[in-house]
Amino acid sequence: MAEFRMPSLGADMEAGTLVEWLKQPGDAVHRGDIVAVVETDKGAIEVEIFMDGVMGKQLVAPETTVPVGTPLAVIEGAKEEAPQAPPPKAKAAEAPRPSAPPKAAPKGAPLPEGAVRASPAARSLAAVRHIALDTLKGTGPDGAIVLADVEKALSGAAAPAAAPTPAARPKGLDTDKMRRAIAAAMAKSKREIPHYYLSTAIDMSRAEAWLAETNAPRAPDTRLLPAALMLKAVALAARKYPKFNGFYNEPDGFVAADGVHIGTAIAIRGGGLVSPAIHDCDKLGLDAMMTKLRDLAARAREGRLRSSELTDPTITVSSLGERGVESLYGIIYPPQVAIVGFGKVTPRPVAIDGKIEVRPMMTTTLAADHRATDGHLGSLFLNEIAALLQGPEKL
Amino acid sequence: MTEAYIRALVIAELGNIAPETDAATIDPNADLREALDIDSLDFLNFVTAVHKKLGVNVPESDYAKLLTIKGAVAYLLAKAV
Repeated sequence: MAEFRMPSLGADMEAGTLVEWLKQPGDAVHRGDIVAVVETDKGAIEVEIFMDGVMGKQLVAPETTVPVGTPLAVIEGAKEEAPQAPPPKAKAAEAPRPSAPPKAAPKGAPLPEGAVRASPAARSLAAVRHIALDTLKGTGPDGAIVLADVEKALSGAAAPAAAPTPAARPKGLDTDKMRRAIAAAMAKSKREIPHYYLSTAIDMSRAEAWLAETNAPRAPDTRLLPAALMLKAVALAARKYPKFNGFYNEPDGFVAADGVHIGTAIAIRGGGLVSPAIHDCDKLGLDAMMTKLRDLAARAREGRLRSSELTDPTITVSSLGERGVESLYGIIYPPQVAIVGFGKVTPRPVAIDGKIEVRPMMTTTLAADHRATDGHLGSLFLNEIAALLQGPEKL
Repeated sequence: MTEAYIRALVIAELGNIAPETDAATIDPNADLREALDIDSLDFLNFVTAVHKKLGVNVPESDYAKLLTIKGAVAYLLAKAV
Protein backbone atom coordinates (compact mmCIF):
# COMPACT_ATOMS: atom_id res chain seq x y z
CA MET A 1 0.00 0.00 0.00
CA ALA A 2 1.24 3.48 -0.80
CA GLU A 3 -0.03 7.02 -0.83
CA PHE A 4 -0.55 9.22 -3.85
CA ARG A 5 0.27 12.78 -2.78
CA MET A 6 -0.34 16.32 -3.99
CA PRO A 7 2.73 16.90 -6.18
CA SER A 8 4.91 19.97 -6.29
CA LEU A 9 4.54 21.37 -9.80
CA GLY A 10 7.17 24.06 -9.50
CA ALA A 11 9.50 25.78 -7.11
CA ASP A 12 6.83 28.32 -6.27
CA MET A 13 3.92 25.95 -5.60
CA GLU A 14 2.83 25.39 -2.01
CA ALA A 15 -0.71 24.07 -2.49
CA GLY A 16 -3.06 22.88 -5.19
CA THR A 17 -6.78 22.34 -5.64
CA LEU A 18 -7.98 18.89 -6.59
CA VAL A 19 -10.35 19.46 -9.49
CA GLU A 20 -11.41 15.93 -10.29
CA TRP A 21 -10.42 12.30 -10.05
CA LEU A 22 -9.90 10.57 -13.40
CA LYS A 23 -9.55 7.14 -11.75
CA GLN A 24 -12.07 5.72 -9.32
CA PRO A 25 -11.58 3.31 -6.40
CA GLY A 26 -11.03 -0.16 -7.82
CA ASP A 27 -9.50 1.09 -11.08
CA ALA A 28 -6.08 -0.30 -11.98
CA VAL A 29 -3.41 2.41 -12.27
CA HIS A 30 -0.08 2.18 -14.01
CA ARG A 31 3.04 4.29 -13.97
CA GLY A 32 2.43 7.31 -16.22
CA ASP A 33 -1.37 7.19 -16.02
CA ILE A 34 -3.16 10.48 -15.52
CA VAL A 35 -5.22 9.99 -12.39
CA ALA A 36 -6.35 13.47 -11.36
CA VAL A 37 -6.60 17.08 -12.40
CA VAL A 38 -5.15 19.73 -10.09
CA GLU A 39 -5.70 23.46 -10.42
CA THR A 40 -2.54 25.54 -9.97
CA ASP A 41 -1.34 28.99 -10.93
CA LYS A 42 -0.36 27.48 -14.26
CA GLY A 43 -3.84 26.22 -15.03
CA ALA A 44 -5.55 22.84 -14.69
CA ILE A 45 -2.76 20.27 -14.63
CA GLU A 46 -3.26 16.61 -15.42
CA VAL A 47 -1.40 14.75 -12.68
CA GLU A 48 0.33 11.48 -13.47
CA ILE A 49 1.03 8.67 -11.05
CA PHE A 50 4.41 6.97 -10.84
CA MET A 51 3.52 3.54 -9.46
CA ASP A 52 1.47 0.50 -10.40
CA GLY A 53 -1.46 -0.66 -8.29
CA VAL A 54 -5.17 -0.22 -7.74
CA MET A 55 -6.84 3.02 -6.76
CA GLY A 56 -7.97 2.66 -3.17
CA LYS A 57 -9.69 5.11 -0.87
CA GLN A 58 -9.64 8.70 -2.08
CA LEU A 59 -8.75 10.93 0.86
CA VAL A 60 -9.43 14.31 -0.72
CA ALA A 61 -12.61 15.35 -2.47
CA PRO A 62 -12.79 17.53 -5.59
CA GLU A 63 -12.75 21.29 -5.03
CA THR A 64 -10.45 20.87 -2.01
CA THR A 65 -7.22 22.85 -1.71
CA VAL A 66 -4.42 21.05 0.12
CA PRO A 67 -0.68 21.68 0.66
CA VAL A 68 1.95 20.02 -1.48
CA GLY A 69 2.71 16.56 -0.07
CA THR A 70 -0.77 15.90 1.28
CA PRO A 71 -1.90 12.28 0.72
CA LEU A 72 -4.67 12.37 -1.88
CA ALA A 73 -5.43 8.67 -2.18
CA VAL A 74 -4.33 5.23 -1.12
CA ILE A 75 -2.90 3.01 -3.85
CA GLU A 76 -3.40 -0.66 -3.04
CA GLY A 77 -0.76 -3.16 -3.98
CA ALA A 78 1.87 -0.53 -4.63
CA LYS A 79 5.11 0.27 -2.89
CA GLU A 80 5.66 3.78 -1.60
CA GLU A 81 6.19 5.78 -4.75
CA ALA A 82 9.26 7.65 -5.77
CA PRO A 83 8.76 11.36 -5.32
CA GLN A 84 6.32 12.63 -7.91
CA ALA A 85 8.41 15.72 -8.24
CA PRO A 86 12.07 15.04 -8.96
CA PRO A 87 14.37 15.26 -5.96
CA PRO A 88 15.91 18.58 -7.03
CA LYS A 89 12.61 20.32 -6.41
CA ALA A 90 13.53 21.08 -2.84
CA LYS A 91 10.44 23.16 -2.28
CA ALA A 92 8.32 20.04 -2.07
CA ALA A 93 10.19 18.88 0.97
CA GLU A 94 9.94 22.29 2.56
CA ALA A 95 6.23 22.60 2.08
CA PRO A 96 4.09 22.06 5.16
CA ARG A 97 2.59 18.62 5.48
CA PRO A 98 -0.49 17.84 7.52
CA SER A 99 -0.14 15.49 10.42
CA ALA A 100 -3.08 13.45 9.21
CA PRO A 101 -4.92 13.13 5.94
CA PRO A 102 -7.48 15.90 5.67
CA LYS A 103 -11.11 15.00 5.94
CA ALA A 104 -13.07 14.93 2.76
CA ALA A 105 -14.25 18.38 1.91
CA PRO A 106 -17.92 19.18 1.80
CA LYS A 107 -19.51 19.27 -1.56
CA GLY A 108 -19.50 22.55 -3.40
CA ALA A 109 -21.93 25.27 -2.52
CA PRO A 110 -25.27 25.23 -4.30
CA LEU A 111 -25.06 26.73 -7.73
CA PRO A 112 -27.22 29.59 -8.89
CA GLU A 113 -30.30 28.53 -10.78
CA GLY A 114 -29.46 27.73 -14.36
CA ALA A 115 -25.73 27.40 -13.72
CA VAL A 116 -23.91 24.31 -14.95
CA ARG A 117 -21.77 22.37 -12.48
CA ALA A 118 -18.50 21.53 -14.23
CA SER A 119 -14.86 21.11 -13.32
CA PRO A 120 -12.38 23.84 -14.32
CA ALA A 121 -10.62 21.42 -16.66
CA ALA A 122 -13.90 20.60 -18.36
CA ARG A 123 -14.79 24.29 -18.61
CA SER A 124 -11.38 25.09 -20.04
CA LEU A 125 -11.51 22.44 -22.74
CA ALA A 126 -15.14 23.20 -23.56
CA ALA A 127 -14.30 26.87 -23.95
CA VAL A 128 -11.39 26.26 -26.28
CA ARG A 129 -13.29 23.73 -28.38
CA HIS A 130 -16.52 25.71 -28.34
CA ILE A 131 -18.67 23.09 -26.64
CA ALA A 132 -21.71 24.42 -24.77
CA LEU A 133 -21.61 22.87 -21.32
CA ASP A 134 -25.37 22.94 -20.91
CA THR A 135 -25.68 20.51 -23.82
CA LEU A 136 -23.64 17.82 -22.05
CA LYS A 137 -24.62 15.17 -19.54
CA GLY A 138 -22.27 15.14 -16.58
CA THR A 139 -20.95 11.92 -15.09
CA GLY A 140 -19.09 13.49 -12.15
CA PRO A 141 -20.25 13.98 -8.57
CA ASP A 142 -23.80 15.38 -8.41
CA GLY A 143 -23.93 15.22 -12.19
CA ALA A 144 -21.03 17.62 -12.63
CA ILE A 145 -19.50 17.74 -16.08
CA VAL A 146 -15.94 16.46 -15.93
CA LEU A 147 -13.12 16.43 -18.45
CA ALA A 148 -14.07 13.01 -19.79
CA ASP A 149 -17.55 14.24 -20.63
CA VAL A 150 -16.20 17.04 -22.80
CA GLU A 151 -13.69 14.74 -24.47
CA LYS A 152 -16.47 12.27 -25.20
CA ALA A 153 -18.54 15.02 -26.77
CA LEU A 154 -15.58 16.15 -28.84
CA SER A 155 -14.96 12.67 -30.16
CA GLY A 156 -18.31 12.75 -31.91
CA ALA A 157 -18.64 16.44 -32.56
CA ALA A 158 -18.48 18.02 -35.99
CA ALA A 159 -16.19 20.99 -36.56
CA PRO A 160 -17.84 24.25 -35.57
CA ALA A 161 -19.25 26.24 -38.42
CA ALA A 162 -17.91 29.43 -36.95
CA ALA A 163 -15.99 30.51 -33.91
CA PRO A 164 -18.13 31.92 -31.12
CA THR A 165 -17.62 35.44 -29.96
CA PRO A 166 -15.06 36.00 -27.23
CA ALA A 167 -17.82 37.01 -24.86
CA ALA A 168 -19.11 33.43 -25.01
CA ARG A 169 -15.75 31.95 -24.04
CA PRO A 170 -15.06 31.41 -20.37
CA LYS A 171 -11.57 32.23 -19.23
CA GLY A 172 -9.30 29.20 -19.50
CA LEU A 173 -6.30 30.42 -17.52
CA ASP A 174 -6.05 32.84 -14.65
CA THR A 175 -3.29 35.08 -15.93
CA ASP A 176 -3.27 37.12 -12.72
CA LYS A 177 -2.43 34.03 -10.69
CA MET A 178 0.11 33.02 -13.29
CA ARG A 179 1.72 36.47 -13.05
CA ARG A 180 2.09 36.07 -9.30
CA ALA A 181 3.70 32.65 -9.77
CA ILE A 182 6.13 34.04 -12.33
CA ALA A 183 6.94 36.92 -10.00
CA ALA A 184 7.73 34.55 -7.15
CA ALA A 185 9.92 32.27 -9.24
CA MET A 186 11.81 35.06 -10.98
CA ALA A 187 12.37 37.01 -7.77
CA LYS A 188 13.75 33.87 -6.14
CA SER A 189 16.03 33.35 -9.12
CA LYS A 190 17.40 36.89 -9.11
CA ARG A 191 17.79 36.79 -5.34
CA GLU A 192 19.62 33.47 -5.12
CA ILE A 193 21.26 32.67 -8.46
CA PRO A 194 24.43 34.51 -9.52
CA HIS A 195 23.75 34.73 -13.24
CA TYR A 196 26.39 35.25 -15.87
CA TYR A 197 25.54 36.05 -19.47
CA LEU A 198 27.16 35.19 -22.78
CA SER A 199 26.12 35.71 -26.39
CA THR A 200 27.19 34.67 -29.84
CA ALA A 201 25.95 35.29 -33.37
CA ILE A 202 25.05 32.13 -35.28
CA ASP A 203 25.00 31.95 -39.08
CA MET A 204 21.60 30.48 -39.95
CA SER A 205 22.04 30.30 -43.72
CA ARG A 206 22.50 26.52 -43.79
CA ALA A 207 19.65 25.91 -41.37
CA GLU A 208 17.28 28.15 -43.34
CA ALA A 209 18.22 26.61 -46.68
CA TRP A 210 17.82 23.08 -45.34
CA LEU A 211 14.45 23.90 -43.80
CA ALA A 212 13.17 25.46 -47.04
CA GLU A 213 14.28 22.43 -49.05
CA THR A 214 12.86 19.97 -46.52
CA ASN A 215 9.51 21.71 -46.19
CA ALA A 216 8.92 22.41 -49.88
CA PRO A 217 7.41 19.00 -50.76
CA ARG A 218 5.63 18.60 -47.44
CA ALA A 219 2.01 19.29 -46.58
CA PRO A 220 1.60 21.95 -43.86
CA ASP A 221 0.86 19.45 -41.10
CA THR A 222 4.30 17.84 -41.47
CA ARG A 223 6.42 20.97 -41.95
CA LEU A 224 9.21 21.86 -39.56
CA LEU A 225 9.79 25.18 -37.85
CA PRO A 226 13.21 26.60 -36.94
CA ALA A 227 12.26 26.02 -33.30
CA ALA A 228 12.62 22.27 -33.80
CA LEU A 229 16.22 22.69 -34.95
CA MET A 230 17.04 25.05 -32.10
CA LEU A 231 15.58 22.74 -29.46
CA LYS A 232 17.44 19.75 -30.83
CA ALA A 233 20.72 21.66 -31.02
CA VAL A 234 20.38 22.80 -27.41
CA ALA A 235 19.50 19.27 -26.33
CA LEU A 236 22.54 17.74 -27.97
CA ALA A 237 24.78 20.49 -26.58
CA ALA A 238 23.33 19.92 -23.10
CA ARG A 239 24.05 16.22 -23.38
CA LYS A 240 27.65 16.99 -24.31
CA TYR A 241 27.98 19.60 -21.55
CA PRO A 242 25.87 18.13 -18.73
CA LYS A 243 26.79 20.86 -16.25
CA PHE A 244 24.16 23.03 -17.92
CA ASN A 245 21.52 20.32 -17.66
CA GLY A 246 20.48 19.77 -14.06
CA PHE A 247 19.70 21.41 -10.77
CA TYR A 248 21.45 23.39 -8.06
CA ASN A 249 20.22 23.09 -4.49
CA GLU A 250 21.78 23.83 -1.14
CA PRO A 251 23.55 22.10 0.49
CA ASP A 252 24.23 19.47 -2.14
CA GLY A 253 25.24 21.79 -4.94
CA PHE A 254 24.84 20.87 -8.59
CA VAL A 255 23.30 17.55 -9.58
CA ALA A 256 23.22 16.61 -13.26
CA ALA A 257 19.87 15.43 -14.61
CA ASP A 258 19.36 11.92 -15.95
CA GLY A 259 17.71 13.08 -19.16
CA VAL A 260 17.54 16.21 -21.30
CA HIS A 261 14.06 17.62 -20.80
CA ILE A 262 13.89 21.10 -22.29
CA GLY A 263 11.52 23.58 -20.71
CA THR A 264 10.07 25.34 -23.73
CA ALA A 265 8.91 28.87 -23.02
CA ILE A 266 5.39 29.36 -24.38
CA ALA A 267 3.72 32.76 -24.16
CA ILE A 268 0.11 32.83 -23.10
CA ARG A 269 -1.90 35.35 -25.10
CA GLY A 270 -3.19 38.02 -22.78
CA GLY A 271 -0.15 37.70 -20.53
CA GLY A 272 1.75 34.98 -18.81
CA LEU A 273 4.26 32.31 -19.62
CA VAL A 274 4.76 28.63 -19.02
CA SER A 275 7.83 26.51 -19.76
CA PRO A 276 6.69 22.88 -19.84
CA ALA A 277 9.14 20.11 -20.67
CA ILE A 278 9.60 18.27 -23.89
CA HIS A 279 11.03 15.04 -22.53
CA ASP A 280 14.21 13.42 -23.85
CA CYS A 281 14.75 16.09 -26.49
CA ASP A 282 18.19 14.75 -27.34
CA LYS A 283 16.63 11.46 -28.48
CA LEU A 284 13.83 12.93 -30.59
CA GLY A 285 13.96 13.28 -34.34
CA LEU A 286 12.91 16.64 -35.76
CA ASP A 287 9.49 15.38 -36.87
CA ALA A 288 8.78 14.00 -33.41
CA MET A 289 10.03 17.26 -31.92
CA MET A 290 7.53 19.23 -34.03
CA THR A 291 4.69 16.93 -33.02
CA LYS A 292 5.58 17.38 -29.36
CA LEU A 293 5.92 21.13 -29.75
CA ARG A 294 2.53 21.51 -31.43
CA ASP A 295 0.83 19.37 -28.82
CA LEU A 296 2.54 21.12 -25.93
CA ALA A 297 1.75 24.64 -27.15
CA ALA A 298 -1.90 23.77 -27.73
CA ARG A 299 -2.31 22.23 -24.28
CA ALA A 300 -0.38 25.01 -22.56
CA ARG A 301 -2.78 27.57 -23.97
CA GLU A 302 -5.78 25.45 -23.05
CA GLY A 303 -4.47 25.08 -19.49
CA ARG A 304 -4.14 21.31 -19.90
CA LEU A 305 -0.52 20.51 -19.08
CA ARG A 306 0.60 17.36 -17.28
CA SER A 307 2.37 17.31 -13.97
CA SER A 308 5.58 15.80 -15.31
CA GLU A 309 5.80 18.54 -17.91
CA LEU A 310 5.97 21.14 -15.16
CA THR A 311 8.28 19.29 -12.80
CA ASP A 312 10.77 17.78 -15.21
CA PRO A 313 12.50 20.59 -17.18
CA THR A 314 16.25 20.36 -16.81
CA ILE A 315 17.15 23.45 -18.88
CA THR A 316 15.01 26.14 -20.51
CA VAL A 317 14.89 27.54 -24.04
CA SER A 318 13.18 30.82 -24.88
CA SER A 319 12.81 32.63 -28.17
CA LEU A 320 11.51 36.10 -28.94
CA GLY A 321 12.91 36.36 -32.44
CA GLU A 322 9.49 36.30 -34.04
CA ARG A 323 8.59 39.40 -32.08
CA GLY A 324 11.51 41.26 -33.58
CA VAL A 325 13.78 40.97 -30.56
CA GLU A 326 17.43 40.64 -31.54
CA SER A 327 18.75 39.26 -28.28
CA LEU A 328 17.15 37.79 -25.19
CA TYR A 329 18.88 37.34 -21.85
CA GLY A 330 16.75 35.01 -19.77
CA ILE A 331 16.29 34.55 -16.05
CA ILE A 332 17.03 31.02 -14.88
CA TYR A 333 14.05 29.03 -13.56
CA PRO A 334 15.25 27.61 -10.24
CA PRO A 335 16.58 25.10 -9.47
CA GLN A 336 17.73 24.81 -13.08
CA VAL A 337 21.12 26.30 -13.92
CA ALA A 338 20.79 27.58 -17.48
CA ILE A 339 18.47 29.20 -19.99
CA VAL A 340 19.25 29.65 -23.69
CA GLY A 341 17.72 32.57 -25.57
CA PHE A 342 17.24 32.84 -29.33
CA GLY A 343 16.76 36.19 -31.06
CA LYS A 344 15.55 37.30 -34.45
CA VAL A 345 17.29 36.06 -37.59
CA THR A 346 18.42 39.19 -39.39
CA PRO A 347 20.58 39.75 -42.46
CA ARG A 348 23.89 41.18 -41.26
CA PRO A 349 27.24 41.86 -42.90
CA VAL A 350 29.84 39.37 -41.74
CA ALA A 351 33.44 38.71 -42.70
CA ILE A 352 33.81 35.38 -44.53
CA ASP A 353 37.35 34.47 -45.63
CA GLY A 354 38.34 38.12 -45.65
CA LYS A 355 35.30 39.27 -47.62
CA ILE A 356 32.13 40.95 -46.46
CA GLU A 357 28.99 38.92 -47.04
CA VAL A 358 25.42 39.36 -45.89
CA ARG A 359 24.25 36.34 -43.93
CA PRO A 360 21.11 35.57 -41.87
CA MET A 361 22.46 35.85 -38.34
CA MET A 362 20.81 34.97 -35.05
CA THR A 363 22.04 36.17 -31.68
CA THR A 364 22.00 33.30 -29.21
CA THR A 365 22.50 33.88 -25.51
CA LEU A 366 23.19 31.85 -22.43
CA ALA A 367 22.27 32.86 -18.90
CA ALA A 368 23.88 30.39 -16.53
CA ASP A 369 24.35 29.84 -12.81
CA HIS A 370 27.88 30.79 -11.78
CA ARG A 371 27.67 28.37 -8.85
CA ALA A 372 27.49 25.50 -11.35
CA THR A 373 29.67 26.66 -14.24
CA ASP A 374 32.02 29.38 -15.42
CA GLY A 375 32.04 31.49 -18.54
CA HIS A 376 34.68 29.35 -20.21
CA LEU A 377 32.46 26.28 -20.17
CA GLY A 378 29.53 28.48 -21.12
CA SER A 379 31.34 29.62 -24.24
CA LEU A 380 32.03 26.01 -25.24
CA PHE A 381 28.36 25.20 -24.73
CA LEU A 382 27.23 28.11 -26.91
CA ASN A 383 29.80 27.25 -29.57
CA GLU A 384 28.49 23.70 -29.65
CA ILE A 385 24.96 24.97 -30.32
CA ALA A 386 26.30 27.12 -33.15
CA ALA A 387 28.24 24.20 -34.64
CA LEU A 388 25.24 21.89 -34.49
CA LEU A 389 23.09 24.40 -36.37
CA GLN A 390 25.62 24.32 -39.22
CA GLY A 391 24.64 20.70 -39.88
CA PRO A 392 20.83 20.70 -39.70
CA GLU A 393 20.56 17.48 -41.67
CA LYS A 394 22.32 15.66 -38.83
CA LEU A 395 20.00 16.91 -36.09
CA MET B 1 -16.70 28.57 -53.55
CA THR B 2 -17.76 32.08 -52.60
CA GLU B 3 -15.75 34.85 -51.01
CA ALA B 4 -18.22 34.97 -48.12
CA TYR B 5 -17.71 31.26 -47.43
CA ILE B 6 -13.94 31.56 -47.45
CA ARG B 7 -14.04 34.66 -45.26
CA ALA B 8 -16.22 32.86 -42.73
CA LEU B 9 -13.90 29.87 -42.77
CA VAL B 10 -10.79 32.04 -42.32
CA ILE B 11 -12.36 33.85 -39.38
CA ALA B 12 -13.55 30.58 -37.83
CA GLU B 13 -10.11 28.98 -38.08
CA LEU B 14 -8.39 32.07 -36.70
CA GLY B 15 -10.91 31.98 -33.87
CA ASN B 16 -9.98 28.40 -33.12
CA ILE B 17 -6.29 29.30 -33.01
CA ALA B 18 -6.56 32.54 -31.04
CA PRO B 19 -9.91 32.38 -29.19
CA GLU B 20 -8.99 35.33 -26.97
CA THR B 21 -9.75 37.77 -29.80
CA ASP B 22 -12.75 37.96 -32.12
CA ALA B 23 -11.16 37.69 -35.56
CA ALA B 24 -14.37 38.99 -37.14
CA THR B 25 -13.85 42.41 -35.58
CA ILE B 26 -10.24 43.07 -36.56
CA ASP B 27 -9.20 45.28 -39.45
CA PRO B 28 -9.03 43.07 -42.58
CA ASN B 29 -5.79 44.81 -43.47
CA ALA B 30 -4.19 44.31 -40.05
CA ASP B 31 -1.17 42.06 -39.66
CA LEU B 32 -2.60 38.91 -38.06
CA ARG B 33 0.58 38.28 -36.07
CA GLU B 34 0.05 41.51 -34.19
CA ALA B 35 -3.74 41.73 -34.22
CA LEU B 36 -4.18 38.21 -32.83
CA ASP B 37 -0.80 37.83 -31.11
CA ILE B 38 -0.06 34.65 -33.03
CA ASP B 39 3.34 33.10 -33.60
CA SER B 40 4.80 30.88 -36.33
CA LEU B 41 3.36 27.76 -34.74
CA ASP B 42 -0.12 29.31 -34.68
CA PHE B 43 0.30 30.40 -38.29
CA LEU B 44 1.39 26.91 -39.31
CA ASN B 45 -1.72 25.56 -37.60
CA PHE B 46 -3.81 28.06 -39.57
CA VAL B 47 -2.21 27.01 -42.86
CA THR B 48 -2.71 23.37 -41.89
CA ALA B 49 -6.39 24.00 -41.17
CA VAL B 50 -7.11 25.72 -44.48
CA HIS B 51 -5.29 22.92 -46.28
CA LYS B 52 -7.56 20.37 -44.65
CA LYS B 53 -10.75 22.38 -45.14
CA LEU B 54 -10.15 23.80 -48.63
CA GLY B 55 -7.47 21.54 -50.07
CA VAL B 56 -5.21 24.54 -50.68
CA ASN B 57 -1.59 23.70 -49.91
CA VAL B 58 0.04 27.05 -49.16
CA PRO B 59 3.81 26.89 -49.77
CA GLU B 60 6.06 28.64 -47.28
CA SER B 61 7.04 31.10 -49.99
CA ASP B 62 3.43 32.34 -50.06
CA TYR B 63 2.96 32.74 -46.29
CA ALA B 64 3.39 36.50 -46.52
CA LYS B 65 0.33 36.71 -48.74
CA LEU B 66 -1.86 35.38 -45.93
CA LEU B 67 -0.76 37.71 -43.18
CA THR B 68 -3.98 39.74 -43.31
CA ILE B 69 -7.57 38.54 -43.48
CA LYS B 70 -8.03 40.42 -46.74
CA GLY B 71 -4.90 38.84 -48.21
CA ALA B 72 -5.79 35.36 -46.97
CA VAL B 73 -9.31 35.51 -48.41
CA ALA B 74 -8.07 36.75 -51.77
CA TYR B 75 -5.34 34.12 -51.94
CA LEU B 76 -7.56 31.23 -50.96
CA LEU B 77 -10.37 32.37 -53.26
CA ALA B 78 -7.95 32.28 -56.17
CA LYS B 79 -6.55 28.86 -55.25
CA ALA B 80 -9.61 26.98 -53.99
CA VAL B 81 -11.34 24.72 -56.45
